[in-house]
Amino acid sequence: MKSICFYFQIHQPFRLRTYRFFDIGNDHYYYDDFMNDDIVSRIAQRSYLPANETIKEMINTYGKKFKVAFSISGTALEQFEQFVPEFIDSMKELVATGCVEFLSETYAHSLSSLSDPEEFRQQVAAHDEKIQQLFGVTPKVFRNTELIYSDDIASMVYAMGFKGMIADGAKHILGWKSPNYLYSSVSAPKLKLLLKNSHFSDDISFRFSNSEWNEYPLTADKFINWINGLPQEEQIVNLFMNYETLGELQPRESGIFEFLKAIPRFAFENDVNFITPSEAISKLKPVAQLSVPTPMSWADEARDTSAWLGNNLQNEAFHKLYSIAERVRLCEDRKLKQDWYYLQASDHFYYMCTKHFNDGSVHSHYSPYDTPFAAFTNYMNVLSDFIVRVEEQYPLSIENEELNALLTTIRNQSQEISELNKEVDMLRNNLIHEDKEEKEAAKPKAPAKKKPAAKKTDK
Amino acid sequence: MFGWEFPPHILGGLGTASYGLTKGMHENGDMDITFVIPKPYGDEEKGFAKIIGANCVPVVYREVFSDYVEKRIGNVMDPQLYYDLRSHIYGDFRYINVNDLGCIEFSGRYPDNLLEEINNYSIVAGVIARTVDCDIIHSHDWLTYPAGIHAKQVTGKPLVIHVHATDFDRSRGNVNPTVFAIEKDGMEHADHIITVSNLTRQTVIEKYGINPAKVTTVHNAVQPLSQELRSIEVQKPKEKVVTFLGRITMQKGPEYFVEAAAKVLQKKHNVRFVMAGSGDMMEKMIRLVADRDIADRFHFTGFLKGRQVYEMLKASDVYIMPSVSEPFGISPLEAMQMGVPSIISKQSGCAEILTNVIKTDYWDIDAMADAIYSIITYPAMYKHLRESGLAEIDTIQWKKAGAKVIDIYKKTINHSF
Repeated sequence: MKSICFYFQIHQPFRLRTYRFFDIGNDHYYYDDFMNDDIVSRIAQRSYLPANETIKEMINTYGKKFKVAFSISGTALEQFEQFVPEFIDSMKELVATGCVEFLSETYAHSLSSLSDPEEFRQQVAAHDEKIQQLFGVTPKVFRNTELIYSDDIASMVYAMGFKGMIADGAKHILGWKSPNYLYSSVSAPKLKLLLKNSHFSDDISFRFSNSEWNEYPLTADKFINWINGLPQEEQIVNLFMNYETLGELQPRESGIFEFLKAIPRFAFENDVNFITPSEAISKLKPVAQLSVPTPMSWADEARDTSAWLGNNLQNEAFHKLYSIAERVRLCEDRKLKQDWYYLQASDHFYYMCTKHFNDGSVHSHYSPYDTPFAAFTNYMNVLSDFIVRVEEQYPLSIENEELNALLTTIRNQSQEISELNKEVDMLRNNLIHEDKEEKEAAKPKAPAKKKPAAKKTDK
Repeated sequence: MFGWEFPPHILGGLGTASYGLTKGMHENGDMDITFVIPKPYGDEEKGFAKIIGANCVPVVYREVFSDYVEKRIGNVMDPQLYYDLRSHIYGDFRYINVNDLGCIEFSGRYPDNLLEEINNYSIVAGVIARTVDCDIIHSHDWLTYPAGIHAKQVTGKPLVIHVHATDFDRSRGNVNPTVFAIEKDGMEHADHIITVSNLTRQTVIEKYGINPAKVTTVHNAVQPLSQELRSIEVQKPKEKVVTFLGRITMQKGPEYFVEAAAKVLQKKHNVRFVMAGSGDMMEKMIRLVADRDIADRFHFTGFLKGRQVYEMLKASDVYIMPSVSEPFGISPLEAMQMGVPSIISKQSGCAEILTNVIKTDYWDIDAMADAIYSIITYPAMYKHLRESGLAEIDTIQWKKAGAKVIDIYKKTINHSF
């Protein structure tokens, strides 16, 4: 018996407005609200909302035997709340069916796992809290930004209490091995790994409507037959893709929604069922340990992190950003923290990629900028202003440790003050109480009233 | 080939481009090129083409001895060729002012009586066409179109004209009707037209009403730097240097550079701006700089030539070309060769082939200022543009452009027979 595990990624960054250098220090609003609203609303109308409807219908038709998993970044959720609140409602309805699982990820869809473990932990916690607050569930399986995975990341994820993680079935890692099994991490053997089946996933997300593909048109019948034709022992086919695939990358006219709707029918006929990631890691046994010393991802042909950190520009921006991470965490300004998250989105670095300069295609398709240089300049201007704001909070001339010590002292003192205040209140209450008792017993004495004040000055 | 300028005595990009292209074609082999210029100085490179000076071609018969010819023009022409040409004089041109050899004097520049010089050049072309055997005629820029047409009529060989610029670029739309007429005449007589960019191609098709089928773009390239220029050392100032290099004329958009500089200087102090070159808008620019109160950070160098250009580039951190309309623009390529990050206007022909440069609209002063700021502030930007620029420029070679032109020749020759 084979299982299909569907997982859909939903992410939208807060795209930056054109921010010139003369705005640095003068204007602290960084986002292009109009563009963000426009893009999120358009994709929601064309893809997210109809796709949710389709999945709801499928769950109703097949009596909860059809299951899917979602991972929604915090920045995407915020934009839905702001621009398309009906999508949040639609998601809540899906959650209510009990056939939908949410995965954990970093709040900002950030690359923090590659450079800053503390930031990484905080963002994962922030994301899970947001999911809990909106949908009342707590994610159990982890999915990192762009499926970036390495042994180090696996250890961190396991330490955060996750039992399973999602990664790409990159050929240079798997070699002759098949992605259609459960694996475990070599650095954290108890952390189970679900690997994306790139072949079948890309058949849907990239090739489905390509009429030059020799398998065009792809039907649910044919697709399930392929899966059914896999060797008997292979237990699970992981179909991981961006949710925009349904309706945006593959437009409605291509028949993608009908294709999806027909999949369960043929699956059940062929004794193939559906499974969520958390069910998969509890039901299946890992067949082997995977070792991934350098980070891999699900992007581009190379399946590495070069789409975000492949050139000088990206590395400079990345290091500048994380060089102030510790300082930002010491700050308490809410607006600052919010910008801090938004600026970490991996997309900002993706726009600076020069890899496909000549054939443009995938990278420029998603980029709001004309060139990677414009992307870099704009981002660095914004980041410069952000750093100015961080400096205004605490001057950079003070070392982080020193600042930390000072802040701890301040916090301790304020704690002490509040404790002392409590004590004063308590004593005052006691006195009033005594007064009353004395009143009842005899006539009150005047000096007793002064006592609390005297006590205060003593302390 | 008919040209007007040839290195090392050049006034603009035309000479550089004619030279590079001719050399590039020669490298492809199997080419026998004769290049006619108005006035050779004798120090031109001759290895790849036979150079004939129009001022050494007799149009009036004079009985002179070989020794005398050798003495007069031996440094630029073989006396035998002089006699060959003399026996092909085809008309009575005694009304023209000629010298003791029966030749017309040319300035080889852009004098006030330019139209007369163009006409004389065309008369000379008639003599040359009757003397030198060729398969195809190639005219560089409008000054030589009449000569090309004349040669075509004499020999019956196909004519290819090379549009390095049109009057629409030079005048921001206020075309000179005489120039326009010469250009249009040349385009109509040509069997094929080569433009230096798609931008120019579009102008030729739309403004001159030429059939698109006979217009092809061959982008310019750049000569590899000599070791001498590459190893130039200059004392760099402490501040960052942003350089504009070119004629200070309306076409080059110098005022946008000044405005962008003023914006950058509001925010940044360790930067200097240099406007190198001369032109009819120079005074106006000096006044504008004073108006913006940035004269202490904005410098004019006057006209630079040869090695000075490369020294200036070597000392620069940013090169900027905000041209309003630039048919191609070789100078950003030269800046990239020297490892200087470049900012160019989207209205430049070279923007079509360059990727590792920053492109902005010429009127978008904010974007331009932002790009300058970015390169001088963020080291990664400078490093990336510098390194990728150097790598990119190595792939832009005249040999490839030459091969394209040869291809066009072959098609044109086959087509016209």
